[in-house]
Amino acid sequence: MEPILTADHLSVAFTRYGRGLSRIALSALTDLSLTVDAGRVTALVGGSGAGKSLLAHAVFHLLPRNAHTAGTICYDGAPLTPARARALRGREISLIPQGITYLDPMMKVGPQVRRGRRDGMSRARCREILARYGLGSEVEELYPFELSGGMARRVLIACAVMDSPRLIVADEPTPGLDSQTAGRVLAHFQELAEQGTGVLLITHDLELARTVAHKIVVLREGRTVDEVPAALFQTGEGLTHPYSRALWQAMPENGLIVDREVSVL
Amino acid sequence: MRHRLQFTIKKLVRMALLLLGVSLSAFLLMDAAPLDPLQTNIGQAALGSMSPEQLARLEEYWGVNTPAAERYLAWLSGALRGDFGVSLLYRRPVAEVISLRLGASVWLLLSAWALAGVLGLTLGVLAGANRGRWPDLLIRAACLTVSSTPSFWLALLLLMVFSVWLGILPIGLAVPIGTAAADVTLPQRLLHALLPALTLSVAGMANIALHTREKAVDVLDSDYIFLARARGERHILIRHVLRNVTLPAITLQFASIGEIIGGSVLVEQVFSYPGLGQAAVAAGLGGDLPLLLGITVITAVLVFGGNLAADLLYGVVDPRIRRGAAKG
Repeated sequence: MEPILTADHLSVAFTRYGRGLSRIALSALTDLSLTVDAGRVTALVGGSGAGKSLLAHAVFHLLPRNAHTAGTICYDGAPLTPARARALRGREISLIPQGITYLDPMMKVGPQVRRGRRDGMSRARCREILARYGLGSEVEELYPFELSGGMARRVLIACAVMDSPRLIVADEPTPGLDSQTAGRVLAHFQELAEQGTGVLLITHDLELARTVAHKIVVLREGRTVDEVPAALFQTGEGLTHPYSRALWQAMPENGLIVDREVSVL
Repeated sequence: MRHRLQFTIKKLVRMALLLLGVSLSAFLLMDAAPLDPLQTNIGQAALGSMSPEQLARLEEYWGVNTPAAERYLAWLSGALRGDFGVSLLYRRPVAEVISLRLGASVWLLLSAWALAGVLGLTLGVLAGANRGRWPDLLIRAACLTVSSTPSFWLALLLLMVFSVWLGILPIGLAVPIGTAAADVTLPQRLLHALLPALTLSVAGMANIALHTREKAVDVLDSDYIFLARARGERHILIRHVLRNVTLPAITLQFASIGEIIGGSVLVEQVFSYPGLGQAAVAAGLGGDLPLLLGITVITAVLVFGGNLAADLLYGVVDPRIRRGAAKG
């Protein structure tokens, strides 16, 4: 399988001005490596503050100005430079963000999904994609405040799918959804992967990750500690890294043995 | 529908109370002023040469000996019947004087108001989009300087530069001196209104620009702008930022009506522009009670109407209010 995205020893640090003119460097990601394959769902699992979302921001080159990155991100076999990221955004790489606040409150759903394009082809495609996610054409005329949480998530997915991307980065797409709706949203990710898209699912929910992903990457305090097939987290067999084992043991059906190290999750 | 009716009634009651309060306080202030209308308007020398009968007639004309309560109630009962009385200075009905003066001021006020809004919004968005860089610093510095400058001083400064040193703009008045009213051309009127309008608009503009800048910064930091960038959207400023700063901009724009009318009092005085503001100054200093109360009430109505218009426009522009009200 051809990797569509690879991150190699990626680190992100922020500089802030401390007392006077002294600068303080805060490192958020210290050493992140992972690969995302085309046609597969890769889950990046980590606790809050582990730096998961920063990876998404780094891939799109949308980190704040005071951020410094080191290491490499490669897309489709070539380094992802800022200029290349600019050209790929909204064409080949798409972001699915967390929730409704990522929709412009003053704009109807239709124009947002179409990014303002009014031609017949965009309209037809928009209607087709919304229908695929169970949303009727009347949704196009709604404003974000009129959507339910589940509908908003599906609209955001529709936004991402609009341009047939080859890589989708989904940043915590399920919190706040009931398990049934969350399951439907995740099924859409599997469907996208089956059509050949590489999906990077960023989540803190190991349970969800192992049901939907092919591969699980475990992130801890800005550092990847393990990259294993998701199947290992079904049985717990073959999990060698102690942190991964501890995570597995903390799951409800495995005895809920919560290690102090894992409880931050 | 019931909601709309309640809203309208509530607003009308509030306006009636406001006008009552405003006219009463204007009256009390005027009454408390240590100002003898006879001395101010006729002069010490002329008064000295008059007979006691003449003085008594003048005192009666200016209402010097009538008790305050009686004078206010007389004015109020007239005003309620739509009769604002006769201006003591101009010896013509107050309504006529006001409509004449307002006619001269209205273009000045409107152009200053529009200029303040358009410039303020543009500069605010521009500063917000360039946060921390030189256009932002420049615009903010200019706005802060201008909003801490008294408008009459700014008016004098502009007069000095454009009318005295450069000599390209008229020094005052609404029309050229010595021209019959019928012969005045539109370009001449515009040229005379240019400096006063500019002075008036500047203070409002600074306020609108600074507020719009803060809002634009908030919008640019928002999640939906982040997603728009991640989706490679172009024209983010026009598509998202402008759209989301319009609501606060509308409030600011209509709130600035009061500032502009208030500013016109001083600015018209400096430019000898024969408008409503100048009439207000003349009425206040000359003890012309009916005219001053009339002008006070009219301007209060204008300011109140501006705020009401902002409330109504909100319902049209903001989909959350528009659709929410339609459902509820």
